[in-house]
Amino acid sequence: MSRNVDAIVIGGGIHGCSTTLHLCLAGLKPVLIEKDYAGRHASGVNAGGVRQLARHIPEIPLSIRSMGIWEKISELVDDDCSFESYGQVLVAEDEEELAACRTRVAELNGLGFTHEELIDAAELQRLVPAVADTCPGGVVSRRDGAANPAQTTTAFRRKAQQLGATVREGVAATNIRYINGLWHADVGSESFAAPVLVNAAGAWAGRIAAALGEPVPVETVAPMLMITSRVPHFIDPVVILRGRKLSFKQFKNGTVLIGGGHLATPYQDRNETVLDWKSLAISARTVFELFPVMRSATIVRAWAGIEAKMKDDIPVFGPSSRHKGLYHQFGFSLHGFQLGPGAGAVMAELIVNGGTQTRISDLGIDRFHPSTL
Amino acid sequence: MTVAPEREDYDVVVIGAGPAGLATAATSAEAGLATLLLDENIGPGGQVFRAISSTPVTDRTQLGADYWVGADLVQSLRASSAEVIHRATVWSLDRNLDIAVSVGGASAFVKAKRVILATGALERPFPIPGWTLPGVMTAGAAQTMLKSSALVPDGRTVIAGQGPLLWLLAAQILRLGGRIDRILDTTERGNYFAALPHAFAFLTSPYFAKGLSMMREVKAKVQVVSGVTELSASGEGQLASVSYVAGGKRETIATDLLLLHQGVVPNVNLAMSAGVEHRWDDLQLCWSPVLDASGNSSVPGIAIAGDGAGIGGANAAVVRGRIAARAAVEALAPKAAAKLPAMATLRADLAKAERGRLFLDTLFRPAPQFRIPSGETIVCRCEEVTVKDVLDSVAIGATGPNQLKAYRRTGMGPCQGRLCGLTVTELMAQARGKTPQEIGYYRLRAPVKPITLAELAAVPKSESDVKAVVRG
Repeated sequence: MSRNVDAIVIGGGIHGCSTTLHLCLAGLKPVLIEKDYAGRHASGVNAGGVRQLARHIPEIPLSIRSMGIWEKISELVDDDCSFESYGQVLVAEDEEELAACRTRVAELNGLGFTHEELIDAAELQRLVPAVADTCPGGVVSRRDGAANPAQTTTAFRRKAQQLGATVREGVAATNIRYINGLWHADVGSESFAAPVLVNAAGAWAGRIAAALGEPVPVETVAPMLMITSRVPHFIDPVVILRGRKLSFKQFKNGTVLIGGGHLATPYQDRNETVLDWKSLAISARTVFELFPVMRSATIVRAWAGIEAKMKDDIPVFGPSSRHKGLYHQFGFSLHGFQLGPGAGAVMAELIVNGGTQTRISDLGIDRFHPSTL
Repeated sequence: MTVAPEREDYDVVVIGAGPAGLATAATSAEAGLATLLLDENIGPGGQVFRAISSTPVTDRTQLGADYWVGADLVQSLRASSAEVIHRATVWSLDRNLDIAVSVGGASAFVKAKRVILATGALERPFPIPGWTLPGVMTAGAAQTMLKSSALVPDGRTVIAGQGPLLWLLAAQILRLGGRIDRILDTTERGNYFAALPHAFAFLTSPYFAKGLSMMREVKAKVQVVSGVTELSASGEGQLASVSYVAGGKRETIATDLLLLHQGVVPNVNLAMSAGVEHRWDDLQLCWSPVLDASGNSSVPGIAIAGDGAGIGGANAAVVRGRIAARAAVEALAPKAAAKLPAMATLRADLAKAERGRLFLDTLFRPAPQFRIPSGETIVCRCEEVTVKDVLDSVAIGATGPNQLKAYRRTGMGPCQGRLCGLTVTELMAQARGKTPQEIGYYRLRAPVKPITLAELAAVPKSESDVKAVVRG
């Protein structure tokens, strides 16, 4: 016998947890199924960037929606998630890069988006005094910041549970099927049934979509990060580079997180990744050049989280193009963390109200499968 | 002098030059395999034979005959063709058998057909109130100073804890003219009865006579308090006194130095970071790698020998090293294996060397109150996390050591969990009513020892980059 619930959410990353929480807020009783534990993969071990800066245009409305939630995150989950907002700065290392920044900001302004602001060398030096003074400027998104990803994902899971969500961790959802108007999924010896199924399974979501007849061009990737020992405080905003793969963030405790998207080799079925130190060395060289103050810091740990990357680098978000009651929320392509709170809110609106005010029309799975319903 | 590895590829890379590593590398090289031995110390010997080629303590009776066995092992290693690099810190090993090693401030990458880990043991954490005060150190650290520099305590000194190393250290300190005011023995009384069924094997093992005479030697000169059930250190910014309860009676004594020791546990960091499966050992109360009879781990090509494979002591470590080396030779150069002692002979040697171990493990199984602290006692030194902090996190949903990181950053400091990992696992297991196996351990990641950003920035670029430059 299946236990009837209002929705089955598969995947305990920031997205699955946020959708589960928002469904609870809308008065539904969902079940969240996570094969490991909430935040085990990319959602718990990413760089924690809360960034509207430098996003693909189709996902900017979702990112802006999310930012509003981030700024009141404590009210939503009773936990500050270590969210802090010192802005994110994109650094142009030469005039050519600065020209590209100028074009980008003008394009956004033309579309009515004002969160990205072009800055000159003087403002860059003011915001990031430690950066090499040869950099001519860049772009700032002043409301952006960073949070602790594991703390955040855990807080969403905890709050959802407090509001009545059923949470199953440590056992994968299997035998997902649609019978007589209900979605069913098995979890060990248990079975759940609901009119709604949300596929938020991160790196594992592509397999679920394919098994349900909606294959998409997705690959599993594992972006690497490394963290240093404590160094004296020298930087507030998160810094990313226009031309090279680097993101850079100093925490309150002095440690510095270095990322930027160099990839490890994922072994998805073993929950393992093998790091590529020669690529991490490239990040180290970039930091060495741009931030001389970091040269004597030590690297204490490096890691990578497993996640899904779409061929076109934008997520699959919205209703299925084939099945009633099925919703997809995956493929965030290395930039899904900030979107989590907003995406959960929008997903709950789609499920409960059948629509949303937030523009998400370019993110649907039907961009790969023209609708057949 | 420190130099980088001569080659990029080896048949066998051995990590650690203690008893197991010395035997492994010598055997592998004698059989003709291209062998590299990487070791973190300035000379061979590991912990047991520390400073075996350089110790200023030349009177052989002072460090004991067991110590000088190391000299023979070093001799056979030097006679072999093994390439040996000291002051070499291996900071990454993965399941592709790619190794990153730091030598003299520069890192190099080497690849092996077989990796044999001989990374030995660490002292078990001894988290009593005040254990982080200056003036409190581990017995192992004291022994390091003794062996490499002939330094012994001359102020008021208390040694507390249990286990063979504690008595060995006490004897060595006394022989070198050092001072010990009191020994506080924390061995649980019940352990003597529990160990009794294993006593016969112990009585006929080499440990027995040596252990007994050493304890006699120490007890003749130092007051030994047995049955200690509570222990704490206190002082304002510096150790001033030790307080303990024995036989229901509390006593406090002023002291300048407190040496703590309650046994050793496998040093698992490198193996775990490479993805080697480990299981909780309920007798030795630690994580041990899952190995076959030849020391092969769950990761193809990685074998483990010595105390890193489960605590067995120096004699067992040597034999385990020979077994792992022989297995490597059988796989890579089967013809050469014929010249080595037969596997059956080695396994018989191992059984002999492990005789009495069960007795020691049972007798010296540390008491729960010294493994699982309470209240405001610090668990994680790097992040200053107390027992209460951990329990509070469990109460709001932290289910295991990795989840705990999100709440408290335990295990995320420079020690990578070496000083808190076992405590956190057992503490969370107790709080959640689970077994340590169910609770699990930190996921460990490279670098297993920190390297500077400058050093990483200076590593050779990827092969394609190098080729591009050459072609250009």
